[in-house]
Amino acid sequence: MPTGIKDKVAILGMGCSRFGEHWDKNAEDLIVEAYEECLDDAGIETGQIDAAWFATAIEEQHVGKSGIPLAMTLRLAYIPVTRVENYCASGTEAFRGAVYAVASGAADMALAVGVEKLKDTGYGGLPQRSRGVVNDMFIANASAPGAFAQLASAYRTKHGVDAGDLKRAMAQVSVKSHANGARNERAHLRRVIDIDTVLKAPIVAEPLGLYDCCGVSDGAACAIVTTPDIARGLGRHHIVSVKALQLSVSNGIEASHNSWDGSYLMTTRKAAERAYREAGIKSPRAQISMVEAHDCFSITELVTMEDLYLSDDGHAWRDVLAGDYNADGRIPCQIDGGLKCFGHPIGASGLRMLYEMYTQLLGRAGARQLADPVLGLTHNLGGFPHQNVASVSIIGQLGA
Amino acid sequence: MIGITAAGAYIPRTRLNREAILTANGWFNPALRSLAKGTRATCNWDEDALTMAVEAARDCFGGEDRCGIGRIVLASTSLPFGDRQNAAVVAEALNLGGGIASMDVTSSLRAGTSALAVALADSNPSLVVLSEHRQARAASAGEMAFGDAAAAFLTGGGNVIAEFIGCHSVTVDLVDHYRASQDRFDYGWEERWARDEGIMKIMPAAIAAALVKLALEPGAIARAVLPFDAASNRRIAGKAGLREEVVADSLFAEMGNAGAAHPGVILADVLAAAAPGETILVAGWGQGCDVIVLRTSDGIARRPAGPGVRGHLARGRIEANYNRYLAFNNLIEQEKGIRSELDKQTAVSALYRNRDMIVGFVGGKCSACGTVQFPRSNVCVNPNCGRFHTQEPHPMADARATVQSWTADHLTYSPDPPNHFGMVVFAEGGRLMMDFTDVGKGEVDVGTPLRLMFRIKDYDDRRGFRRYFWKAAPLSPAND
Repeated sequence: MPTGIKDKVAILGMGCSRFGEHWDKNAEDLIVEAYEECLDDAGIETGQIDAAWFATAIEEQHVGKSGIPLAMTLRLAYIPVTRVENYCASGTEAFRGAVYAVASGAADMALAVGVEKLKDTGYGGLPQRSRGVVNDMFIANASAPGAFAQLASAYRTKHGVDAGDLKRAMAQVSVKSHANGARNERAHLRRVIDIDTVLKAPIVAEPLGLYDCCGVSDGAACAIVTTPDIARGLGRHHIVSVKALQLSVSNGIEASHNSWDGSYLMTTRKAAERAYREAGIKSPRAQISMVEAHDCFSITELVTMEDLYLSDDGHAWRDVLAGDYNADGRIPCQIDGGLKCFGHPIGASGLRMLYEMYTQLLGRAGARQLADPVLGLTHNLGGFPHQNVASVSIIGQLGA
Repeated sequence: MIGITAAGAYIPRTRLNREAILTANGWFNPALRSLAKGTRATCNWDEDALTMAVEAARDCFGGEDRCGIGRIVLASTSLPFGDRQNAAVVAEALNLGGGIASMDVTSSLRAGTSALAVALADSNPSLVVLSEHRQARAASAGEMAFGDAAAAFLTGGGNVIAEFIGCHSVTVDLVDHYRASQDRFDYGWEERWARDEGIMKIMPAAIAAALVKLALEPGAIARAVLPFDAASNRRIAGKAGLREEVVADSLFAEMGNAGAAHPGVILADVLAAAAPGETILVAGWGQGCDVIVLRTSDGIARRPAGPGVRGHLARGRIEANYNRYLAFNNLIEQEKGIRSELDKQTAVSALYRNRDMIVGFVGGKCSACGTVQFPRSNVCVNPNCGRFHTQEPHPMADARATVQSWTADHLTYSPDPPNHFGMVVFAEGGRLMMDFTDVGKGEVDVGTPLRLMFRIKDYDDRRGFRRYFWKAAPLSPAND
């Protein structure tokens, strides 16, 4: 049994750009916006960073490949810079690289940066891309909402949920995130909406309507990590540490073997089980203070509540409607607005979620501050429900 | 005894209402009114002469063993490739194996009967497929008259349903219409000239000559399959000494004229209803004429394997939206949006490596644990197996399947939005997230039974290529 990452690494600083449609900014501008805040927060200089991990998913759309764009943008000191890409978990992957570097002793201070500049594609949503020479010959002609919409039909069939009830619960997922986003000045979408607005919106992919889908945004987020000892040495008393970093990647069972029923995410469940074990969490419902789930689509967030073992199987739709995941609910979810309203610049999203947890844990969240959070969970899901990458990360008060 | 051992047909589900053609074009061409009755069969956006050929062949096979086929002959004037043997694509899709002869027969509406005559000339077990997807300009008579369809026949010795009695051909370079190699549309001369100076002189004489050659009295012909509209067919029959009532239904009211495939589709329809001992005459027209004579044997009592002409006619769905027909047939400049701009180039080297999987829908079956999976891979997907290199090729195109999950996707580009797709689960094992086809709103849900159909996956207009794959269609009694 590995001993795990718990409390071995502290977050020294974080930064996050405003997310949105930044017609006036390049990816490099967004990186710098997030990095300046992060550096200021960490109280160090660029020259103190030993290694960096750089996340960007659709690199051909903006900065290009490799670690070079990050090193060039921040004038890093000829240190190792690794570019990582793992769909929507890319930002979390950059964080994992930096954390593991510190935990191993290979670096005293490591930087994780995620960025995505999507608003130069000419597309309203994510760009249509080739999925590989052979894949293009046989995989379904699916948009991202189309792929995730599959969860809805399988979920309602498995659990006998009326299509109208499920649609309403999905709507509540978005209504809640809009209410949260409206209170966050950095969020992309800041309008409060009601259930009727969601229900009446045009259909994107049956049964997902416009408001069941997250925004497509430009943005960057970053973190500087170090050891708790070094953090203390720099005068930190209130330290946020990493409790668990888990990743699960589909191996083809969901896509090719009839043991999966299509109503849940196998990967999220595996990653969550391992993350709770790594963090020493026995009762997630009692111990997790807040969650940033990968709410690319309302149905994704809904089933994720079950996949994270925060709702019983088949009950998440009721829990959502009961307000369990609202800002004042049992376990506040997407307190910053989530992908839905804060926005979803793919490579930055994982770090953005961690940024919100970190902000809350340090009591810096202002109007949306939750009372005494101890542990925050972030979750990313990239790809399709039948073939994906899922990450579950937990950070919290050092020693908690 | 040499003859036809099985017959099948395919008619696309979409039936364009001819009234819709008139409504759109009558202001310009009022003469269309005389043709504006009934419907014509028209391909879905993802169908062409090759996809229809595959479906007609499957209709013909049923569950019959395909291993013994020694030759495939494909007849059409609307083949998608001018230089890439089209029959080879059909053979690959049908998993006929590489050890067969193959040929395309084309460039005349007579190609269908000529292909059949070639195959019937010897006992080499052959698959003869006639398929036609003719294009016509908007507001033309052809747009009203043409219909898309395909027919397929197995020929050879042995267990025939109709014995080949003989054939007779004449060749005359009469240009009632023509289409240059690089053109999409026909150019026709005055119809009255073509009819009176061409068809009515050449075809009755050829039929009469065939009967003499085969020592048959005109009265011996129980059914006559003729390639034109009902009135013309009756005139030809009369001039050739045949009784008018032997002329088979032209299917103009539902299907339209399927060009090179037309005599085959009518013949398949006739054979499905024929009794033993009937003498059937089949005539094809184009730069002369072919006349083939068959006689049904006791084997005709065997029930056809597939739904055939009548089953496919019953599966029809009326299309009243003329604009959609125009868009599907590239007859209108349509704003398709930025998502349509994705380059669809095919790496033919990769296609070749994976041709049984992509074109033939051949998956894998683990020789260690028996798990069926698609695509075939190096490592078994069964979590309790995981063996390396154990998967044997396993054809899955005819496997029973149902919907596990689905959506109708308005965001992704499709020529016929929303694109329906979902997780298709095969009863024998295996699954695949697949595109659906021939599906209307409300026609699919979790648990809906499906049948796979060979379809066009993508068009690469920049390079004149198109790639084929299989899609799932809701199962109906007619396509079961």
